[in-house]
Amino acid sequence: MRFAIEVIVLLVVLGLIWRYLGSYLTAVFMGRVHFLDWIELPLLGLLGIQPGAEQSWRRYLRSLLVFSFVSLVLTYLLLALQGHLPLNPEHLGDVTPSLAFNTAVSFVTNTDWQNYAGGTTMSYLSQMVALATQNFVSAAVGLAVAIAVIRGFARKRSNTLGNFWIDTIRGVFYVLLPVSIVMTLVFVWQGAPQTLLGPAHIHDVLNGVHQTILRGPVASQEVIKQLGTNGGGFFNANSAHPFENPTGFTNFLEIVLLLCVPVALTYTFGKMVGNIKEGVAVLMAMIILFAGTFAFTLAAEKGGNPAVRAAGITSIRGNMVGKESRFGVDNSVLFNVASTQTSTGSVNSSADSYTPIGGLGMLAGMMYGEVSPGGIGSGMYTILIFAILTVFIAGLMVGRTPEYVRKKIQKTEIIWASIGVLVMPITVLVLTAITVALPDGRAAILNHGPHGFSEILYAFTSQGNNNGSAFAGISSNTGYFNITGAIAMLIGRFGVIIPVLALAGSLAAKEEVPVTAGTFLTATPMFTGLLVGVILLIGALNFFPAVALGPIAEAVSHGRFF
Amino acid sequence: MATSVRTKGVAGSKPLFDRDILSAAIRSSFVKLDPRVQVRNPVMFVVYLGTVVTLVASIIHTSLFSWMVTIVLAFTVLFANFAEAMAEGRGKAQADTLRRTRTETEARRLGPDDIEEVVPANQLKTGDLVVCEANDVIPSDGEIVDGVASVDESAITGESAPVIREAGGDRSSVTGGTMVLSDRIVIKITATPGNSFLDRMISLVEGANRKKTPNEVALSILLIALTVIFVPVVVSLEYFAHFSHTGIAIVTLVALLVCLIPTTIGALLSAIGIAGMDRMVQKNVLAMSGRAVEAAGDVSTLLLDKTGTITFGNRMASRFVGVGGTSNEEMARVARLASMADETPEGRSIVVLAKNEYGIRDNEVGTDYEFVPFSATTRMSGVNINDTQIRKGATEAVKRWVVDQGGEVPSEVDDLTKEIANAGSTPLVVAQNKRVLGVVELKDVVKPGIKERFAQLRKMGIRTVMITGDNPLTAAAIASEAGVDDYLAEATPERKLELIKEEQEGGKLVAMTGDGTNDAPALAQADVGVAMNSGTVAAKEAGNMVDLDSSPTKLIEIVEVGKQLLITRGALTTFSIANDLAKYFAIIPALFIAAYPQLKVLNIMHLHSPITAILSAVIFNALIIIVLIPLALRGVKFRPAAAGEIIRRNVFIYGVGGVILPFVGIKLIDILLTVTRLY
Repeated sequence: MRFAIEVIVLLVVLGLIWRYLGSYLTAVFMGRVHFLDWIELPLLGLLGIQPGAEQSWRRYLRSLLVFSFVSLVLTYLLLALQGHLPLNPEHLGDVTPSLAFNTAVSFVTNTDWQNYAGGTTMSYLSQMVALATQNFVSAAVGLAVAIAVIRGFARKRSNTLGNFWIDTIRGVFYVLLPVSIVMTLVFVWQGAPQTLLGPAHIHDVLNGVHQTILRGPVASQEVIKQLGTNGGGFFNANSAHPFENPTGFTNFLEIVLLLCVPVALTYTFGKMVGNIKEGVAVLMAMIILFAGTFAFTLAAEKGGNPAVRAAGITSIRGNMVGKESRFGVDNSVLFNVASTQTSTGSVNSSADSYTPIGGLGMLAGMMYGEVSPGGIGSGMYTILIFAILTVFIAGLMVGRTPEYVRKKIQKTEIIWASIGVLVMPITVLVLTAITVALPDGRAAILNHGPHGFSEILYAFTSQGNNNGSAFAGISSNTGYFNITGAIAMLIGRFGVIIPVLALAGSLAAKEEVPVTAGTFLTATPMFTGLLVGVILLIGALNFFPAVALGPIAEAVSHGRFF
Repeated sequence: MATSVRTKGVAGSKPLFDRDILSAAIRSSFVKLDPRVQVRNPVMFVVYLGTVVTLVASIIHTSLFSWMVTIVLAFTVLFANFAEAMAEGRGKAQADTLRRTRTETEARRLGPDDIEEVVPANQLKTGDLVVCEANDVIPSDGEIVDGVASVDESAITGESAPVIREAGGDRSSVTGGTMVLSDRIVIKITATPGNSFLDRMISLVEGANRKKTPNEVALSILLIALTVIFVPVVVSLEYFAHFSHTGIAIVTLVALLVCLIPTTIGALLSAIGIAGMDRMVQKNVLAMSGRAVEAAGDVSTLLLDKTGTITFGNRMASRFVGVGGTSNEEMARVARLASMADETPEGRSIVVLAKNEYGIRDNEVGTDYEFVPFSATTRMSGVNINDTQIRKGATEAVKRWVVDQGGEVPSEVDDLTKEIANAGSTPLVVAQNKRVLGVVELKDVVKPGIKERFAQLRKMGIRTVMITGDNPLTAAAIASEAGVDDYLAEATPERKLELIKEEQEGGKLVAMTGDGTNDAPALAQADVGVAMNSGTVAAKEAGNMVDLDSSPTKLIEIVEVGKQLLITRGALTTFSIANDLAKYFAIIPALFIAAYPQLKVLNIMHLHSPITAILSAVIFNALIIIVLIPLALRGVKFRPAAAGEIIRRNVFIYGVGGVILPFVGIKLIDILLTVTRLY
C-alpha cells in the first residue's frame, strides 16, 4: 500500500516535471531564456563563437567529436597522473593506463561503467574535476544531440541544426547546474556528506578496533550522477551506500532525478515540432515499455529465488539477497529498473543477486536500446530512430511515402536510421562472442554455465548502451576488459550519435508535407502501439538466442547452475 | 501487318496464372540462378550463398536432414526467382503483342519539290515529312502538318473505333504503328528511330530498363539492414553455444539465418514493383517511370477538367418554364416541336425531357413542317408550320427576333434568364411568332456518382480542384453541385501552372491531366502529369504518364494503383518481419535442448523433435513465398478510406496475422513431417 502511494506520487511529480521542465527546456534551447547571459556570453566569447551562430550537421558533429576527444584526453591525464596532483588526502596512486583509459571513455560517453572501486581508487580531484565534470558535460552533450535531432524535425528547408557549443553550455548552466546545486543541499540535509577533509578515522576504544570511514564531496556527485543519467557512484556500493543514498526520501529523489530530463524531453519534442500530442505518443511508448519491464522484474523478485522455493522454503518478502533492507524489494526493483532503463546504471541493490528473470528484466531495458525513457538526450534520439523505422514499415500500409512529423522518410533517413539501430546489437553480440571464445574472457568469470554467460552478456550490453550498470561477477579490471569495454562504450555512444545527427541534417533540409486525411497520424495510440511493437520485436530478434542461453536457461534450470 | 483488334486495351485480360506465362516463368526461375543475377537482390543472395554452404556441408557430412535443408533452401531461391519471373512474364506477354504490331513498314518520304521516295521506316529522321493515305501504317510518331484523316489506333489503345486526326490544334499527333483509314495526311516525324512511342511502350511493359523506385530503394536498404543484423546474431550464437558446451551444426545455423532474414518480402519485392507497373498498363495507362506511379500514391491535390470529368460536357435540358400565361406543359410541347429535327445533344435532350416530364411522345412529323437549322448568324433554330413560326435560341437573339416582328418581351423573361445563368446553367428562350412562350434551362449535368467519388477522395485526404473556362459564377454552381473542394474559373494555362506551383509550395503533390500543347508546362510541373493519348506530342512529352483511353476520370484510378503499390509493399514487409517470432520459438529450443533440456518450455508449439522443428520452419519460410505470389501480383485490396482506418485493418491482417499464422503453419508442417514418418 505504501509503495502504491509512492508510485502514484512519483507519477504526479513526474507529470508536473514533464510539463514544466519540458517547457523550460524548450525555452532554453530556443534561446528564449537569458538570465545567465553573464556566464554564457563570456564563455562563448572565449570560444570565439557569435551568439546565435548556427552549424550544419557536419559542423555540429565535428564540434561534438573534437569536444569529446579533448575531454577524453584531459580525463585520462588527470586520472593517470592523480598521484602527483593535489586534493588527494588518501594519497592514492596513479590510475593504471588501461583503467584510466576505460574510465575516461566511460565518463566521456555518459556510461559511468566503473572497473574500479570508487572511494578507494579515485582522489577527490579525480572525482570532482575529472569525473564530475564529465558527468555534467557528457550529459549536456547527449541533451544537445537530442535537441539538434528535434530541430531536424521542427525545421524545414534548413541547412543548420543549431550550435553545439551554445547547446552544451546552455544545457550545463541553465539545466544541470541549477538543479544540481539545489538538490545537493537537499541531499546534505538528508545526511549525505559533502567535505574535502578526507576519511574519518575512528578509534573504537570499546572494541579496540581502528576504523577508517571514507567520505568526501558525495552529495554533489550524487545528484549529477542521477540527473545526468551517469550512474558512476562515489563509493563502490553506489546508491546502496548510506552516504550516497541516506534515506527513503533520497531514494525517491534519486529515482525522480534520473527520470526527469529524459521524460521531459518528450514534451520538448512535442512543443518544438508544434504538436504536444506527438510527444505524448512517444512518452506513452516509453511508459508502456517501462511499466511492462518493471512489472515483469518485480514479479520475479517478489516470487523469490526459484531454488529456495524449490527447496520448499517460502519467503513473504521475496528475493532479498543483495538488497538493502531499508528499501525492500519494491524500491530496489523500482530503482534498478529505472536506472537500467535510463542508461544511468546506478544501483541500490546488487544486480548479480537478482533472480535470473529479474536480471533479464534489467537486461531487457538495455536491450531495447535504452529508450524507455533512456539516457539524458540519448533516450530521445534513439526512440526517434525507432519511430522512423516504425512509420517506414507500418506507414507504407496507408499507401503513401511514409512520413513522420510532417517529414518524408526516404532513402537517406532509412540508411542512417538502420545504422543507428544496428550498431548497438552488433557491437554487443560480437564482443560477447569474442569474449566467451577467448581464454582471457572466460578466465574473468566467477560463475559457470548460464549465469556466467549472463555476466558477460550483461557487461557488454551495459557498456554498448552506455548504461554502466554492472552485473558484477566478473573481474573486469583487466587489460582485455578495459579495452574491449572502452570499444563497446565508444561505438555505443558515437556509433549512434553520428548517424542520428546525419539523419537530423537530412530531415532539417526537407520540405514539410501537409497533413491530410491520408496521412498516417503518429500522435495516436495506434502509433504508440506499433512503436512499442517494433522496439520489442527488434530487441527480441537481436537478443532472443543470447537471452535463451543466459537468464532463461538459468531460470528454467531452477538454480542448478547457481 | 497484324493490327489485331482487342477490346480490353494493351493489357488484354490474361488470368493471373496463364499457362504460357507459367511455363516460361518456371524456366526463367532456373536461368535466374546465375549469381550475377542473384547478387542484385542482397536478401536472396544470402539465401543463395547459404544454400551453397549447406550443399557443401551435406556432401562432406551427408545426412537426410542436411540434404532436406539444402533442398528447401534451393527451393526458397527458386520460388523468389519464380515470383519475379511471373511478374515479368505478364509484361513480356503484353510486349510481344505490341511487338507484333511493329512491322517493318516502308515510308513515303516527301523530298524537296514534293517528290515522294520510298524508304524503310527505320531510316526516318526527325523533321522528315512523310505521306500516309488510306490503309498505310504510320511509320513513326509525328505531327500532322497537312490534312485530316481517320486513324485506327487500336494497336496502341485497344479501342477499335477510329479517331480523327487533323493538322493544327490539339489532335495533330499520330503514333507509329497505327493505321490511316481514310484520306491523306502529311506527317512531320518527331521521334528518332528506336525511340518511338511504341518502342518505349514495349520496353516499359517488359520492364527491361526497370529502375528501382525511390521507396523501393529505401525499403531495400532496410531489408539489407535486417539481413546484416542477423549475420552476427547467428554467428555469435555458434560461440555462445560452444560456451554452453553444445555445438550447432553449420546447416542448422544457415537454416536459422535464412528463417530470420526477411526472405518473404525480399523474394517478392521486385515482383510487387513490376506488378504495380503492370496494373497501370492494365488500366491503359503508361507510366514513363516507376517514380511517377509512387508519386501517384502520395498525391494530395487532383486538378480535374470540368468537361468530361465532372460533367458530361454537353448541356442538357432540365426544366421548362412558361411565361406570360403559358403553362409549363404548353411550353414543353412547343420547345419539343422546335427541337424535333435538332440533332445536337441539347436538342435531343429537350425531346427527352418533354417525354419524361410531360409524357409528350407523338412522333409524327407533318408534311408541312419546315425545319430551320441553327446558324451562327441567327443563333436560333426552330420550325415553321404554315404560319406558325417557332424559334429557340440564345436570349438576346430570340428577343431581337420577337421585337423585330413587333412583339414585346415581358420583363419576366429577363429575370428568369438571369436567374438561370446565375445558377450556372444556360437559358434557351422559346418564342412563337410575336410571343415569348418561355425558357428552357440547359444544365451542365454533373456525372452521376461523381460526388460520392470526391467524398471518397476527401476521406483519403485528397483535395479536388475543378478546372474550367467558365465564368466564376457558373463554376461555383457546378463546383458545389459536384462536391469538389475548390475550383479554378476562367482557367488559362498560365493560371493552371500558377495553381500547381502554389499547391506544391506547401509540400503537396499535384496530379493533373491535359492534352493540349498549352497544357505542357503545367503537365511538366505537376508531380503526376497524365497526358491524353489523343493529345499533342508536346503534352505527351511533358507528362510522366500517358492515358491511352484519353479518359479524364483516369486520374482517380491512377492514384489508387499508386497507393495499392505502397500498401502491398508495406503489408508484406510487416508480415515478413512479424513471422520471425514464431520461427524463433521453433528453432531456439531445438538448438539448445541438448545443452539445457529444460528449455523445452520454450517449445510452445510442441514440435515433434529438433529436426522436424527446424525443417518445419524452413519449409514454412519457403512455402509462404509461393502462397503470397498472387497477393504480390494482384496487390493488396484497396478500399478508399481514411488513413487511420486503412492502417487499422492492415496492421490487424498483416501484423497480427503475421505473428499468428506461422505458429499455425509451422505446427501443421511439423505434423505432416511426423505423420508421414519422414522423421
